[in-house]
Amino acid sequence: MFTDTSICIGCKACEVACKEWNQLPGNEPEYRNDSFDNTGELDAQNWRHVKFIDRVPEAPMTTGNGQAWLLMSDICKHCQHASCMEVCPTNAIIRTEFDTVYIQPDVCNGCRDCIAACPYGAIGFNPKDGLAHKCTFCYDRLQANMPPACAKACPTQSITFGPLRELHKKADERVATLRAQGYDQAQLYGRDASVYGGLNAFFLLMAEPEVYGLPNARNAVLPRRNNRGGYLGVLVSAALAMVAGIVALRRRGSDTLQDTTPGEGS
Amino acid sequence: MAEHFVHPPHWEAYIVTYFFAAGLAGGCYVLATLLSLTGYPEDREPARLGFLVPFPLVLLCALVLTLDLGRPWLFWHMLVNATPGAGGLNFKYWSPMSVGAWALLLFGVFSFVSFLGALPWARRPGPLAGTAGRAWMIAGALLGLYIASYTGVLLSVSNQPVWSDTWTLGGLFLASGLSGSAALLAWLVRRRAAAGSPATSWQRLLTADGYFALIELLFIVLFFVSVGFAGTLGVAVRGAWLVAWILVLASLVPALAELGGRRGLVHAGSGPLLVLAGVLLMRIAVVISAQM
Repeated sequence: MFTDTSICIGCKACEVACKEWNQLPGNEPEYRNDSFDNTGELDAQNWRHVKFIDRVPEAPMTTGNGQAWLLMSDICKHCQHASCMEVCPTNAIIRTEFDTVYIQPDVCNGCRDCIAACPYGAIGFNPKDGLAHKCTFCYDRLQANMPPACAKACPTQSITFGPLRELHKKADERVATLRAQGYDQAQLYGRDASVYGGLNAFFLLMAEPEVYGLPNARNAVLPRRNNRGGYLGVLVSAALAMVAGIVALRRRGSDTLQDTTPGEGS
Repeated sequence: MAEHFVHPPHWEAYIVTYFFAAGLAGGCYVLATLLSLTGYPEDREPARLGFLVPFPLVLLCALVLTLDLGRPWLFWHMLVNATPGAGGLNFKYWSPMSVGAWALLLFGVFSFVSFLGALPWARRPGPLAGTAGRAWMIAGALLGLYIASYTGVLLSVSNQPVWSDTWTLGGLFLASGLSGSAALLAWLVRRRAAAGSPATSWQRLLTADGYFALIELLFIVLFFVSVGFAGTLGVAVRGAWLVAWILVLASLVPALAELGGRRGLVHAGSGPLLVLAGVLLMRIAVVISAQM
């Protein structure tokens, strides 16, 4: 799936289509006082979220150089190297025949390790059913040879679905066009393997990834990277503690019983 | 600088309780093993007390871990692959939560057998005497070291701010768990001593506590340095959490004073309780502050 943020108009048809197809009732309405965003974030009820990023400049700009909003319809990226899949202790998170990442609801037990791992905040926990939820890429629609509901509903074709090779080609052409028009910051995110081995839902962005709340290539790292350091710290601590414990517990100070004889096993 | 855009997993009271109980269960088993292996006759009773503590705590661990799940009745999915058509057991050596589930199960077996052997009415010498018994205790102690420490690694193996920005949490939790265990055992032994048992071991346990507190202090410093380099120190110590960390450091004072020969601070009786409060507060500070 390719999301071209440069032609997103923030209509939220994708959000509505997602909710309707997947029967997501949504959260209780709340006043966010945050531009036009009344969804807030991706969570168990919102598998699509249109971000409204206010970039209205402080100073007046010359004609053609102003930039009022960045819009981005966010979604689970279905990473090739998925952090959530990596840590899931129950193997509830699987890769489907469509190469997407799917949480099996009858296997998940709600431990939430995937939520701690997902670098995009794409997974939410629903306390009502005790499960972790995220975008399924409309797995049921894919099985019926239909595109995901969001891609079907998008009126500007900002969201397009199809074979990755074709989408990559389309994205390459689009970013080349934008750069030729002077949009120097236009860039593809997740098109290549620099971010989690490549993303099955990748984006054309009009600014740096961090502006959209996405980790850049340097920060797009897998949780397992910390195993080595973490266990090394444990080893150091354990070695020091065992030496200290043996020294302390075998030492017989002046206030211990001096007349007992060491060497008797317990 | 590390940048994080994650959602918190909302691991709260149950998980903090688990981290606290696992640290004490593993730590008490390790110390009971060390006391058993010293060979001093007066250490037999403290070792026996030490082996009585872990199993009830393991039961508490299993209870709170299960209650924390969104679907507690599916706790067994941690061990068995319930994916239709897959079958078999779940084990991912790269996922601390997966390894920890198995380690807790195995440690439960070791702590249960040792618990039975340590009951007041158990036959003496019990099945844990001799070479086989020593091998059993050492194997259990290695599992105890893992149980007391892997929880810190589990936090680090994520993409959460603070947790994933440091390699120190496993070592910190281990040192803290051992310190709390030494304080707890010293307190238990001292109560027995007051009832007429030999009073030699608890003083050495307090000395051990002092050493463990020193290691904990070292890892706290390393923790602050590592998250400082990652740029997330502000998350760890913002607002009231700075006060919490000051209290954690204060809780180390009685144990560290023991090393300096200022035994009065610990002898006052509140020292071990202060140490245990510090063990709990440190875990609260690490687990909760990063999720706010």
